This record gives sequence, C-alpha cells and structure tokens, in this order.
Amino acid sequence: MHEIKEDSSEQLASERWEEQSLKPARPGGERKTSFQTVSLEEVNRLYSASDIADIDIENDLASPGQFPYTRGIHATGYRGKLWTMRQFAGFGTPEETNRRFRYLLNQGQTGLSVAYDLPALMGYDADSQLSEGEVGKCGVAVSSLADMEALFGGIPLESVTVSQTINAPASVFLAMYLVVAEKQGADWKKISGTLQNDILKEYIAQKEWIYPIRSAMKLVVDTLEFCTKHVPRYNPISVSGYHIREAGATALQELAFTLRDGIEYVEWGLRAGLDIEEFVPRISFFFNAHNDFFEEIAKYRAARRIWARVMRDRFGAQNERTMQLRFHTQTAGVSLTVQQPLNNIARVAIQALAGVLGGTQSLHTDAYDEALALPTDSAALIALRTQQIIAEETGAANTVDPLGGSYFVEALTSKMEEGALDYFERIDAMGGMVDAVEQGFPQREVQESAYQYQKALERGDQTIVGVNKYAMEDAPQQVPTLVINESVRQHQLERLERTRTKRDGGEVNRTLDKLRQAAQQGDNTMPATIEAVRAYATLGEICSALRDVYGIYEEPAI
Amino acid sequence: MDQSSRKIRVLVAKPGLDGHDRGAKVIARALRDAGMEVIYTGLRQTPEMIAAAALQEDVDAVGVSILSGAHNTLCPRIVSLLRDQGMKDTLVVLGGIVPQEDISKLKQLGVAEIFLPGTSTQDIAKFIRENVKPRE
Repeated sequence: MHEIKEDSSEQLASERWEEQSLKPARPGGERKTSFQTVSLEEVNRLYSASDIADIDIENDLASPGQFPYTRGIHATGYRGKLWTMRQFAGFGTPEETNRRFRYLLNQGQTGLSVAYDLPALMGYDADSQLSEGEVGKCGVAVSSLADMEALFGGIPLESVTVSQTINAPASVFLAMYLVVAEKQGADWKKISGTLQNDILKEYIAQKEWIYPIRSAMKLVVDTLEFCTKHVPRYNPISVSGYHIREAGATALQELAFTLRDGIEYVEWGLRAGLDIEEFVPRISFFFNAHNDFFEEIAKYRAARRIWARVMRDRFGAQNERTMQLRFHTQTAGVSLTVQQPLNNIARVAIQALAGVLGGTQSLHTDAYDEALALPTDSAALIALRTQQIIAEETGAANTVDPLGGSYFVEALTSKMEEGALDYFERIDAMGGMVDAVEQGFPQREVQESAYQYQKALERGDQTIVGVNKYAMEDAPQQVPTLVINESVRQHQLERLERTRTKRDGGEVNRTLDKLRQAAQQGDNTMPATIEAVRAYATLGEICSALRDVYGIYEEPAI
Repeated sequence: MDQSSRKIRVLVAKPGLDGHDRGAKVIARALRDAGMEVIYTGLRQTPEMIAAAALQEDVDAVGVSILSGAHNTLCPRIVSLLRDQGMKDTLVVLGGIVPQEDISKLKQLGVAEIFLPGTSTQDIAKFIRENVKPRE
C-alpha cells in the first residue's frame, strides 16, 4: 500500500523529472503526437510505480502456480517442461499430409495439428459440387473414415497428441478420430488431443458454420458430455480467440469475446448436468500472437487472471485445475505480408516470443510464405526452428514470468482485465453470448475494429514494413510456394467411390437413421455418430442427416 | 440519368466455401465511403448466384474476394456467366491471395485487375472509378 506521503513525494519526483529531463530532451516534441498499439489503444510515454499502485501483489499477481495465476499456471514455468511445439499442417491428400506429419515429428516437433480443407470444414464430401476447386487446397481433404485411416497411418494415437481444427462438423471428426484410435488398439481412456469445436467463434468471425446456432451448441455439449465420460484425457473444446483477432478484433475484443465464449460453454455444460470440476479442466483456449509485443503479453496474463476469478466467483469452482486457464498460441497470419516475404520470419519470431513470455502451453509459428500459399517444407522447418531458437538460445524459458512486475506490463494487464469485464457486463445484459451473437453484437464490434485499423493504416498512423513504408516496387522477393496439384481431387474422388462400393449400404442407412432419431429426440448424438463412422458413412452423409433435423444457419445482414 | 450524378454500382462477391470475409466487408465499406453504391452478396455464393445478382442489381463492377486458392475455378466462370448474359462491359476485379503465376492467366480470361494483400482501399476505389465503362 502506498501512503499519501509517498504519493506526493512520487508526484514531486515526477514533476521534477518532467522539468529537468523531459522538456530539454526534445524541444521539438516527440516523433508522433500519439503512440498507439496495433489495437489503436493509446500508450503512455512512461509507466511508473504510480501506474500500478492499485495492484495488490498478493491477490492480483501472487506467485506462479498460485491463484489467480497471472504469473502462470506452473510454479516452475518452462523450467519443468517447455511448451509443446505444435505446427498446424494439412494439405492435399491424407497421404501427403501424413508425410508432412512424419517429417515434422522427425524434426523434433512434439505434437500434431491438423488443418482440414474447406469442404471438410463445411461438412461436404470431396465429390459434392460445392467442393469443386477447394479439395485439398486450404488443408487436407477428408471425406470418410478411410481418409482418416490414411491420415494417421503409422502415427500411434495413444502416444502422439493431435489437435484437430474442425468446428461445425467437429463431432464427426471426433468420432472418426476415436474409431481410428480404436482400430490401432489404443485405449480411449488413455488418448489425449484437442478438438477445436468452438462453434461460437464461427458465427462471430471464422464463419464456417452448418446448423443454426442453438443446435450447433447442442452438438458441442454432446461432445463435452461424451468425452467427460469416455475419453477423460481428451480436450473437447479449444475456445478460440485466434480467428476473432484475424477477422479484425482488437487484443481486448479477442480476449473478452473468447473468455465470454468460454463462460457460455461452461453454462451450457452445467445445464446439461455436467460437473464443473470434471469438464472445465478439459476446456482449453487458443489465442493469437500479434505484432504489439507488450499488449499481447498483457493479454495472456489477463486471460489467466480473469478465468481464475470467473471460475471461482461466478461458478464457485474449487479445484485448481478448473481455475487454471491453459492456452495454445499461434502467430498472427493476418500480419504476414506478401511483399518482401522473408521479413515475416522476423515478425513470427517476435510474436512467438510474446506467446512464450505470456506463458503459452503450446505454440504454432507461422511460416514466412503463408501470405502466399500453404507453407513449403523448408518454410515450415524455419518456423519450427524459430521456436527451438527461442526455447534453446534466448534464455526466455529460464525464468518464470520474466516480465512480472514491469510497470508497463502490469498496468496493461490490469487495463485488459477491466476492459474484458466491461464487455462481459454488456454481453450478460444481452442474455449471454448466444443471444449477443444472434443480435450481431460481437460481429459488429469486430467489423468496426477491422475498418478502423484499415483507415489507420491508410493514413500512415500504423506501419507495415515493406507495405506502407520501406516498400520496394522494383525488387519483390520471390520465394518458392507450395502448389496443390489438381490431381488431389481425382485421387480423393476415387477413394470415396471405392469406399461407397465396399461398404454395407444397409448398415449405412440404418446408422444414419439412428443418428437422425437421436438428434430429433435430443439424445446425445455421439454414440450414433460413432456407429455411422464405423459403417463408413461419409462426412457429407452424416452432416446431411443432421441438416435434415436441425436445418442450416442463415447469417443475418450485419 | 446524367453521368456525373449516377453513382458507380459495385457488387462485392464472396464465392466458394471460405468464410474469411474481413477483406470483403472492409472493401465494401471503403467503396461506400468513396461514394459508390455497394451490394454485398454474403458468403458462399455460387458463380451463378453472383452473375444473377450482378444482373439484377445492374452493377458496373463486380469485386470478387477469394482467399482459398479456388480463384482459377471460380473467377473464369463468373466472367463467362456475366458475358453470356450480355454484361460485356461489367468490370470484374479480384482481391485475395493469388499466386503470381495465376495473375496473367486470370487477366487473359477477363479479370481486369488482381489486388493482392496490402493494397490500399483507395487504390482499389481509384482503379474502379477509372476503369468502369461510362453509361449511356
């Protein structure tokens, strides 16, 4: 606590500093009249003890591993275990992606992360007319269990953890994953991994939806419930701010909407009768690492503090694991430039360092060529090496929460927390996040921020090196890019054809009917989905069965 | 109508399965702020739906946003559908992630310009203003 006497002496010192040091230092003023973060938040010239006078070290910071976990969830930080280096990968056929996975594992990567193509994300098979031109382009093409078997061939799912970026049809992919594991002889009780399965941020930002929002939430609850009972080490939701940020949100909006989404899943889980101490520890988070170094670090630290307090105070959680926010980080794809693409290596390194200093549990570093295409092998390798350099050479992993106590970082952390709580209040007043999304609130907030940022960029208030400053018209750096062969679609169509011929059609129809029935009656859809997957019903067929019952989502004009 | 008073009408179109609409929405608003009338199709429109909307809205330009790599399939189809329905002068521009080697091919097929990431919205507005065919 600061006493009044100290405050006034501090103030005197500050005034003296302004008079003696500040004014003579720069008679012509500073470089700019306003200094802003990439989120267009004003930052002060200097942060001092007075900026963190309100912080109670015991209650607001505590020690690493202690409530509210501002300084991290592990007492030893990265001295015990480094973060998981988990590079997101997927392109072309399942066989091609399988080769990339094995390559990355051989290079020291410690976890896998699957990127699926757009037809898969939208619940269409490769042979759907809507899939034309998109098969294997933005990720790996998967239409049925046969593709999943090829994707994970030779990769033991009991020992390698796999993260799957899939949302609207997430329950189908969870089912396929579990059946592949079962065929490998793995025990569901032992396998781990992560399903993104965050449908709320799809309506807010990423926009790969299938069903109306409340039916989609029911499917999320089904996976939560199923995993809690049968796959207890699996993480069935990764609540994702990454895409919200990429769509244009500020750091604060990313933080606030993501955590409020998390609260929504907890509420829906509780309403389904799940035990908070059982299912919440398996909910993890996923944040962006953007360019503004300190703002990002503050965001991660604030996220942990807010979540711990919300779990304890709003939900009455008591177990530490329930209150500890674990998160994955990915560097900001949106910050990568086509112009002078090798500059992206520097951006990624700095963004990744922010994730590490913020205490991330796992990290994906973008490849420098990702503004051009999916990464080549060599670009993906540099991205992985960037993490290894941070881990092994910089010393950043030697000390827990090395920026804790920084006037600037602590002041930003507190400001982030306040801003997020303010958003929570507004969203609560709307009836919760599902209602807020139905009213278009987070969508409008994100769009507005995206537009304001674009304007700031075009005014020159925000700088992108190589784009609106230090541009080189005549000498663009050319780098090799990955080209997805058009034969991918043919390859996938042939396997799909073989799968449809070989399977027992009667069994497919029977299991799909059973799934429709489960959905109609409001039962948990996971057991029926697993049966349909075992019968080699395709992704498109399973999603169609659910579309028959739930209908499809139509986005309101926002 | 007097040429100087008629606002340029632009259809901002988002074909394919991709949902990344940040660019489409920012450009729609920027063109509106630049004095144009903008119609945004919404997500996941087929080339047929886009061509039909262009005709119905009687637009001068169609701005297509594609980030998924499906441009070689989708863009030529949009251009040919527009031409087939008699919209011979309608300007078609593309914005998104497009590899260098695809650009000349797309231009030959009738895409007037391809705007890559980092292009200022003012440059895009200027290009459209300077290249739409004046109305009778």
